[in-house]
Amino acid sequence: MRLVRILVAGSLLWTLPVRGADLRIGLAADVTSMDPHFLSIAPNINIAWHVFDALTHVDEDARLVPGLAVSWRAVDATTWEFRLRRGVRFHDGTELTAEDVLFSIERTSQVPGGQFRTFTQRILGKEIVDAHTLRFKTATPYAMLPYDLNSVFVVSKKAAARSGAEDFDSGKAMIGTGPFRFVRFARGDRVELARNDSYWGAQGGKSAAWEKVIFRIVPTDPARLAGLLSGEFDAIEQVPTADLARIRRDARMQIAQKVSWRTIFFYLDQYRDRAPGLADKAGRPLERNPFRDLRVRRALSKALNRQAIAERLMDRAAIPASNLVSPPVFGHAQDLAPELYDPDGAKRLLAEAGYPEGFAMTLSATNNRYVNDEQIAQAAAQMLARVGVRARVEALPVNAYLPKGRKGEFAFAMFGWGSFSGDLALRALVATANADKGFGTFNWSGYSNPRVDELLERAFSSVDERKREALARDAMRLAMRDYAVIPLHHQVTTWAMRKPIAYAPRTDEFTFAHHFRVP
Amino acid sequence: MISHIVRRVLQSFAVLAAMSVLVFAGVYAVGSPMDILVNPQADQNEIARATAALGLDRPLPEQYFIFIGRALTGDLGKSFAFNVPAIGLILERMPATLELATAAMLIAVLLGIPLGLWAGLKPRSGAGKAIMAVSILGFSLPTFWVGLMLILVFSVWLGWLPTSGRGPTANLLGVPVSFLTLEGLRHLVLPTANLALFNLSLVIRLTRSGTREAIGQDYVRFARAKGLTETRVVGVHVLRNVLVPVVTVAGVEFGSVIAFAVVTESIFAWPGMGKLLIDSINVLDRPVIVAYLCIVVALFVAINLAVDLAYSWIDPRVRLGEAR
Repeated sequence: MRLVRILVAGSLLWTLPVRGADLRIGLAADVTSMDPHFLSIAPNINIAWHVFDALTHVDEDARLVPGLAVSWRAVDATTWEFRLRRGVRFHDGTELTAEDVLFSIERTSQVPGGQFRTFTQRILGKEIVDAHTLRFKTATPYAMLPYDLNSVFVVSKKAAARSGAEDFDSGKAMIGTGPFRFVRFARGDRVELARNDSYWGAQGGKSAAWEKVIFRIVPTDPARLAGLLSGEFDAIEQVPTADLARIRRDARMQIAQKVSWRTIFFYLDQYRDRAPGLADKAGRPLERNPFRDLRVRRALSKALNRQAIAERLMDRAAIPASNLVSPPVFGHAQDLAPELYDPDGAKRLLAEAGYPEGFAMTLSATNNRYVNDEQIAQAAAQMLARVGVRARVEALPVNAYLPKGRKGEFAFAMFGWGSFSGDLALRALVATANADKGFGTFNWSGYSNPRVDELLERAFSSVDERKREALARDAMRLAMRDYAVIPLHHQVTTWAMRKPIAYAPRTDEFTFAHHFRVP
Repeated sequence: MISHIVRRVLQSFAVLAAMSVLVFAGVYAVGSPMDILVNPQADQNEIARATAALGLDRPLPEQYFIFIGRALTGDLGKSFAFNVPAIGLILERMPATLELATAAMLIAVLLGIPLGLWAGLKPRSGAGKAIMAVSILGFSLPTFWVGLMLILVFSVWLGWLPTSGRGPTANLLGVPVSFLTLEGLRHLVLPTANLALFNLSLVIRLTRSGTREAIGQDYVRFARAKGLTETRVVGVHVLRNVLVPVVTVAGVEFGSVIAFAVVTESIFAWPGMGKLLIDSINVLDRPVIVAYLCIVVALFVAINLAVDLAYSWIDPRVRLGEAR
């Protein structure tokens, strides 16, 4: 890859073909299905956002904004009311009504293998007040409903009733209200879309600068970059950090960057007396689990040079993290600062905790999931070695990594999480595991703090957004001061495109054709 | 002949059964696909419900027998990731791979045999040496690197050919193919060259060494002494003997090129079966992995059968069905 970079850098300049109103985008991950209620995975959702809308949308900073609903309010503690936008038409010309919304919500629990039921399961009662007003009842006060409904795409009842996955893949049921109409899906190869000239969001203008959009699926990084350089693509997503400098130097290209909602952190086992892979320097298993000691957790955090990782290893495509959610995201506590690199302080803390000689452990990480994940693990291990903690890096492909993580086979492990609110991230990652409340689903460090749990419960039942954000921040502060996990950095997402095309980069990492513009 | 074919088919069922057990146990040992495909926002109950819906909560032997029961009725399951039947998914991708593999093997054989013959007949000539040098490179350079270099030179620098993808397809008897349109052909060139290189080198070397051996043999000298033309000596007497190992190897290699063109398909984003297999392994999409390997086993059996038949045609001493 490095060689390719050097060779490409020496390539001659040539003129790029000037195309009309077509936009060709190279995507980094495979789109598996067109059905917007099947898998909740980013590539599928990315395409769905072009053809469909949801009641609520999120803006570039991952903040909630009106979508098909112009407004929503809590009528009482357990009832939400949504008012639909008037005059919105599906691609087949029929008008959007409350019936379509209701149908879409019901469909999420009917699609076999569908994962969007998660976002609608708390709705116990649904009521159509009039053609443009809906009410939803929940069992307990639930503030997150407008957020959950951001994930529920509204399909046309007429087109999608009695339709299966095949009908979406073929386009028969791909009738939405979104800025683009569906044209063709060739699995493993491409998705083609055409502009919806009567898009409600266009406000009389054009919904996009492009009549036709072609998404090509090219997961191999060098091939995607080559496609951009050869003029086959107008834009690509997820540019590898190693190629950033090369694109910055290229006069024909430009990049767009934005801090992502994805936070990379280490979780450490805090619930068992003995954790796997922990030993003293002579190889004897440790009698007690050092990670249960706050001083040890703080020491390991101080041992990490976040600035160096972000600047050198990530080519500045990362910012050091102090929170579980990145700065633009709801519930980010700004008063928390990234831990400063302090190896001497780390050594002192380790000695205080009874580990003057340090100890040995296994540092588990993925090698194909997060940007530069294995290199980050190696760098972290070297930094830990400087304070006396000998970390053996065990890097695994994600398909082997996640099942092991869930089984509790790791003591100190890398993880990444993207969430559009702090309380949601805390609920999944640090809340005490409780299946009925849906708390701690991914709390693999086994951290448990009743005060954090209580703050989160209060946040989820608080329909006042400002109050909720204050509670989410309080919970974040508590968990971070306890080192429930050790945050490392927030990834910065990079798009590259040929001039003069520009992109409005998004925190949620999505690549939206309608947000590419020619100034 | 018939008994030979029947025996082969029976053997292949045994192989299929053994393979399916291995793959099932292997994927199970790695972990649950639910851990990878799970919606991060889902709660514990939802994950448990989804796992049960796919039958992944049952003990492995039970899962296996449910699979076998369905497989005997022709249902190999639905893909966890694509939500369509696994067999359909693979068959949908198959034409792209078959086209690529066939084109690559055609190049390997049609170019490799004449070049190998030349290098074998005139080993000390400049051309002979050059051919061998190229074949050594073709052997030793990694496919991944060669693919990137091809893209770099022909797409990025020269801008002659597209970097990736299959391009437009035309229908031939209902099957989408690339080679009927100019644009499709342009997309086919680089991946084919990438995939063909290794086998081209292999065929060159086999043909060359076979030729070198044959021209020293008594029957060739005898044929020359009889006054036969050089064309007849080489084209009939030498070539027939040289072809036997070439056909074996080409047959086996054709199978692997179809089944495991993964690297080339990944680099060139060629929407074939190999890429599907890798994608499926990455998310532990077991129905697709199992169905894929079943098809590959069937394919190998068919190709080996074809190779056996070709033998008996090329070498009259080989008689199928008589061997005990």
